[in-house]
Amino acid sequence: MKSPLLTKDPYNIIITGVGGQGNVMASRVLANMLVRRGCKVTIGETFGMSQRGGSVMSHLRVSATTVWSPQIPKRGADLIVAIEPVEALRVLADYGNPAVKVLVNMRPIYPVGVITGESDYPEPEKIRRAVTALSAAACFLDATEEAINLGNPILGNIIMIGAVEGLGVLPVNREVFETVIREGMPASRIEANLRAFDIGAAAVAGNC
Amino acid sequence: MSIDNEHKEGAEVLFMGNEAIARGALEAGVRVAAGYPGTPSSEIIETLSRSAKEGSLYVEWSTNEKVAMEVAAAASFAGLRSMCVMKQNGVNVASDFLLHLTGSGTRGGMILVTCDDPGALSSVNEGESRHFARLMEIPLLEPADFQEAKEMTRWAFTLSEEIRNIVMVRSVTRMSHASGNVVLGPLPPAGGTAEFLCDGPISDPEQGPIISAPVAEKHRLQQDKVRKAVSLFEKSLFNTYTGPKKPELLVITSSACRLYTREAVSMLAAEDRVGILKLGTTWPIPPALVKRYLTATEKILIVEEVLPFLEDQVKILAAEQVRETGIKTFFGKNDGTLPTTGELNPDLVAEAIGRILGIEPKTIPAAYGEKLRMLAGLIPRREQTFCPGCPHRASYWAIREALQRDGRGGFVCGDIGCYAMACLFPAAGFYTCKTLHAMGSGIGLASGFGKLGSFGLEQPVIAVCGDSTFYHAAIPALINAIHQDANVIFIALDNSGTAMTGFQSHPGIDINAMGNASPMVDIAALCKAMGAPVVVEDPFALKETRETLNSLMEGGGGLKVLILKQSCALSPEKKGKKRYLMQVDELLCKGDACGCNRLCTRIFRCPGLLWDRNKGKAQIDEVICAGCGVCAGICPAEAIRCEEAPVS
Ligand code: SF4
Ligand code: SF4
Repeated sequence: MKSPLLTKDPYNIIITGVGGQGNVMASRVLANMLVRRGCKVTIGETFGMSQRGGSVMSHLRVSATTVWSPQIPKRGADLIVAIEPVEALRVLADYGNPAVKVLVNMRPIYPVGVITGESDYPEPEKIRRAVTALSAAACFLDATEEAINLGNPILGNIIMIGAVEGLGVLPVNREVFETVIREGMPASRIEANLRAFDIGAAAVAGNC
Repeated sequence: MSIDNEHKEGAEVLFMGNEAIARGALEAGVRVAAGYPGTPSSEIIETLSRSAKEGSLYVEWSTNEKVAMEVAAAASFAGLRSMCVMKQNGVNVASDFLLHLTGSGTRGGMILVTCDDPGALSSVNEGESRHFARLMEIPLLEPADFQEAKEMTRWAFTLSEEIRNIVMVRSVTRMSHASGNVVLGPLPPAGGTAEFLCDGPISDPEQGPIISAPVAEKHRLQQDKVRKAVSLFEKSLFNTYTGPKKPELLVITSSACRLYTREAVSMLAAEDRVGILKLGTTWPIPPALVKRYLTATEKILIVEEVLPFLEDQVKILAAEQVRETGIKTFFGKNDGTLPTTGELNPDLVAEAIGRILGIEPKTIPAAYGEKLRMLAGLIPRREQTFCPGCPHRASYWAIREALQRDGRGGFVCGDIGCYAMACLFPAAGFYTCKTLHAMGSGIGLASGFGKLGSFGLEQPVIAVCGDSTFYHAAIPALINAIHQDANVIFIALDNSGTAMTGFQSHPGIDINAMGNASPMVDIAALCKAMGAPVVVEDPFALKETRETLNSLMEGGGGLKVLILKQSCALSPEKKGKKRYLMQVDELLCKGDACGCNRLCTRIFRCPGLLWDRNKGKAQIDEVICAGCGVCAGICPAEAIRCEEAPVS
């Protein structure tokens, strides 16, 4: 296999969201796509307690040559994919830097503290402003709404994977996405996933 | 995904560390694998169970780690390759048997895989299993990447057969739950016959009975085995060195810490100043090899998680060899260069190396730092909580109500499982749960509290325990509470599965790890047979559950059992299916004027319920709500409506 072309080595991606949003699945699909394109990928993840309403973060290190630490150093993200908006801010606070690109699904999942009134959830406008200020490029999607239109909110994570492809920063494409999901998914679900992928890709292409 | 059929030799695939360990075992021809679920170890047995087949691989979820080790040992005694798998504190449970097993020795290659959790990312302890290797005098291997996790596991079986003793392989969360590329090796043919040869003399390790006595003789033999392992470690390819011939600083490290160290050195651009000696064989460390590298430098930093384990060994070696290697300066845990609690990461290691070598870490532009300030106060905390539709939220609600009504300051002793969140994030259990320790300790502590009446303790004592935990460790304590006539209400939170770790089977379920039908052991029947009065309720019936609990509290002393039976919201039969369609009737919801103090969203706190600040009314989030219907029983104004969902 030919060495993949990367804009930076290792290229550091953080996929973040809330337990139950399909974060882990998204990171696995993207990583498998990259492995098929000849990359060495290291994913750092923690499951367990984080599944129950907590913040979830997957660190992906993409390299042409070798395995890297499963934890990205602070301020070291090249791309942040947030399936939930305040999680984008949470990750930027630790891993943001002037060169980072950020994709955000704008559908909030309210923390219990917000539901109870102990803390406030920031206005969407404030979130956009902060993400834009703290990144080199930012794109905001309504992935959950689009996914509900497709019949299942969980497809929001696949829309975000499509968005990553649309950015054009990684050596992945629709074809390799299809190969990867065909391996791990019943045939009946492929169609909806491909549509989700296309929606994400189209939303970002030329916009970010 | 099954890791044997689809993946052919030579293929390069993305594997989780735990999958790599499982594949290594398959490539070694493991025949029996047993374990008890526990994060971060569970995926090893789960992955193997998908490859299990009659006559070629037997896999089981045992009732606890000690039993798992015994089951695996039996296979080894009968000449088969076997393994047992557990999380760090599982080794504590298995350790009594382990002590005797290491004395008696093994036959077929047998390995113990432990997955530690530095930083307690999904544990209530960060205990380390490495120290057991020294305590029990058995070889310890620690993989430092995914490929190595596979190779090392495979080789561990060979080593075990060579020395005729169990070999320990230790992983950590950041290996087990991280993923990376792995190139696959060949799988051996299936098959293997089991026979326990035991008619020979006691001194015959091949044909005699297998016992740890006579101790003087067996212990001496065991130490010979360790010496043999050390001689193999001296030449092991799992120990590697990268860096200059005479480094300014030598880092000795192992496991995930090796990846952090490499990253740190690259962050500091110090590749030509720092050498990294990565040890894969970490007990005992190979003295000749380590001595060689000690000689090459003056300054040594040991990078490991959590306590100084390598550090102690290296220092002892250096002291013994000081004439030859010269005087050294050591950095590590003891001098405070690195913390002795929590997990490490590249930043912590870079900071440590930077301090020793006088390298300033790179910083971000000041303007960016300025901008980061705009995040202040913008990011709400995200506390963990029970899933929407979780039966535990309902159970704790009933317990809270009952305790309030009772009014004597009763409390709950917690145990290990999802329901432990009630102790960790008290709001999740309505502040009812007050102790949390080891598996089964809830009822053990309650048994003790329940005998303090004669010293004036008048508070009602409740212990909660999940179904899997019940079988694992609660039974002896429960028997004790019954026999001692302790005043305790024992509540079994039976959600029909090991929910916390992903629905592994347990003795209360009629299907085993291999997917075959298997006899069930019924909690209620067992408790009745032990002589305890037993009541079963559905925790979703809030009122009935509360009333039952109050009448149990009012009744006389002794141990009483209440079983709260309702499946986990994530259980395969429930997940994604709503039983009820929920709606808040805006006309009935009185909002802040209700006087209920927003019972639904402020106290009950199911994430499926939202508070619409503009309207000042509760609302259902239909994406999150699991449709369990429980909140309808919470609202005093009956504003939360539930309607049977159409069956799809
Ligand atoms: S996984 Fe099941 S038992 Fe655990 S919090 Fe969620 S619903 Fe409750
Ligand atoms: S019905 Fe009520 S309690 Fe049950 S999941 Fe929905 S909002 Fe939560």
